[in-house]
Amino acid sequence: MIFLREVHRAFRVGDDEVQALRNVSLEVGPGEYVSVMGPSGSGKSTLLNIIGLLDRPTAGVYRLDEEDVTALTDFRAAQVRREKIGFVFQFFHLVPRLTAAENVELPLVLAGLPSAERATIVSGLLREFGIAHRARHRPDQLSGGERQRVAIARAMVMRPAAILADEPTGNLDQPTGREVLQLLEALNARGVALILVTHDPALGNRARRQIRMVDGEVHTDIGERPA
Amino acid sequence: MRAVDVGRFAWRSLAAYRSRTLLIVLAMSIGVGAVVVLTSLGEGARAYVRNQFTSLGTNLVVILPGRAETFGGSGGMVSGRTPRDLTLDDALALRRIHGVKRVVPLNLVSGEVWWNGRRRDVPVAGSTDELLHLWGLRLALGQFLPPQDPRRGSAVCVIGWRVREELFGSHGALGELVRIGDRRFRVIGVLAQQGEFLGLDIDELTVIPVASAQASFNLHSLLRVAMEANAREDVPWVKTEASRILRERHGGEEDVTVITEDAVASALDHILVALTMALGGIASISLAVAGILIMNVMLVAVSQRTSEIGLLKAIGASPAQIRAVFFVEAAMLSGAGGLAGSVLGQCGSWAVRQAYPTLPAFAPAWAAVAALVLAIVTGIAFCVLPARRAAQLNPALALARR
Repeated sequence: MIFLREVHRAFRVGDDEVQALRNVSLEVGPGEYVSVMGPSGSGKSTLLNIIGLLDRPTAGVYRLDEEDVTALTDFRAAQVRREKIGFVFQFFHLVPRLTAAENVELPLVLAGLPSAERATIVSGLLREFGIAHRARHRPDQLSGGERQRVAIARAMVMRPAAILADEPTGNLDQPTGREVLQLLEALNARGVALILVTHDPALGNRARRQIRMVDGEVHTDIGERPA
Repeated sequence: MRAVDVGRFAWRSLAAYRSRTLLIVLAMSIGVGAVVVLTSLGEGARAYVRNQFTSLGTNLVVILPGRAETFGGSGGMVSGRTPRDLTLDDALALRRIHGVKRVVPLNLVSGEVWWNGRRRDVPVAGSTDELLHLWGLRLALGQFLPPQDPRRGSAVCVIGWRVREELFGSHGALGELVRIGDRRFRVIGVLAQQGEFLGLDIDELTVIPVASAQASFNLHSLLRVAMEANAREDVPWVKTEASRILRERHGGEEDVTVITEDAVASALDHILVALTMALGGIASISLAVAGILIMNVMLVAVSQRTSEIGLLKAIGASPAQIRAVFFVEAAMLSGAGGLAGSVLGQCGSWAVRQAYPTLPAFAPAWAAVAALVLAIVTGIAFCVLPARRAAQLNPALALARR
């Protein structure tokens, strides 16, 4: 499903060129559970951004579902993100003035679904994630765990093939973090690929496949591999 | 993304930053209001002048003694430069022209009116009974000058409202004898309060028969003769006939100036239209200022909402959709400002009309519509830069910020 070949990503910082990713080749199949670990600055977030089409490689090839997405137009990239990928962030990134339900609904709004259809999907999802009673609350009225559940519901609302989670528990206390991770794992168990970026080995080790990054390179890649 | 949803999303962000929204709407509405009020002032001035000309009598042809030649259009209005007098007989000769409804000779001098030891300096008009219709005068008491041969001056007068107040106070004026110049006149009528008319204070006026005026003040020439044609189509004919008759009477010399109300009115009208446009143009500078304000605020909004824009991109918003959201926000701001400004402007012109009842200050329709359209266009035009900046944000960087 996800296929990276010899991907490089360089940033210019002043006069220096910083290699965030060097020669990364990676394949992730449907329904996989992959954790990406490594110290900060090792390139794990850059890798996630490239997989999520939020960033583009300076060199190399990225194919998603057999489509070359290395150099898509902004329009098409937005479309691919919308349909195939769900993001979960450390800082939730909920729109503060919208209610929980409206935040979850946002991708459907962008996709242009009629409002009646959107309401059905959203209420189903909120019920499933146990936050239906908070549907009309704004983010600042929700607890951290509830906020992340809303964010995960938003990531799932377009039924993506993969969820990219960047430190999803980084801003939560441990029990809440575990609950959120269990929710993500439950989604993975239903066939959604889960790529989890974390610096916490206790979390990363739960994944069936673990990638460790150092200095922009894949240092180790252990566990179940796609067939 | 559906249009309704774009609108709703933009509306929610306007509602979320309420004070910002209100300030912008205020700035925009002041701009639009200024355009509406200023153009309504210009238009009011134009209507005022037009009304004055209409009350002067339509289809008017005015004869002034003297010839406008080397010096501008004022012609014989400057007295004492007349080679030959414009006499009462000249005026009577003009009555023969076919298609003329009335011929009204006029003298205007400043004189003194005495009664019972009290004196008042007033403009004294010497004319005929037809002045009443020509100037649209109204009577409060008594009657106007009686119809009679203009060459015979009877000793009667009609006085203005304030002349009556000042001279007679609570005493009845009708039938009293007043002294004007060196003659005695019987007051037969009092004019109603009317205010100014063509720069002449009607309330101060005293009207006597034209022959009496000429005798009392030792005048040989008329100030002017006003002729009213039966219809608009007759005006050119009346004008040429009047010129011809007077040339014959004056030994073949063209020593009078014939002007039509049309020519003067349209010249003034052009000037006032230009004035209105200039006022509108000046006022639209404030619209541009409001537009720049909108741009600033939208730029601030883009940097404030950087992470939100990053998020929208991450969940699949295309650059076009992000631009659309910002454009709609700007359009809503400027549209609301424009509407509020139109209301403000209408209130402003209403206030002007209350303060100056003689000035019909109504904003012309084109100005009201143009101000609104211009407001929305500036709002959107000045949003191009912020919207583009938002759409071009790098989502990875935008999301990296908290």
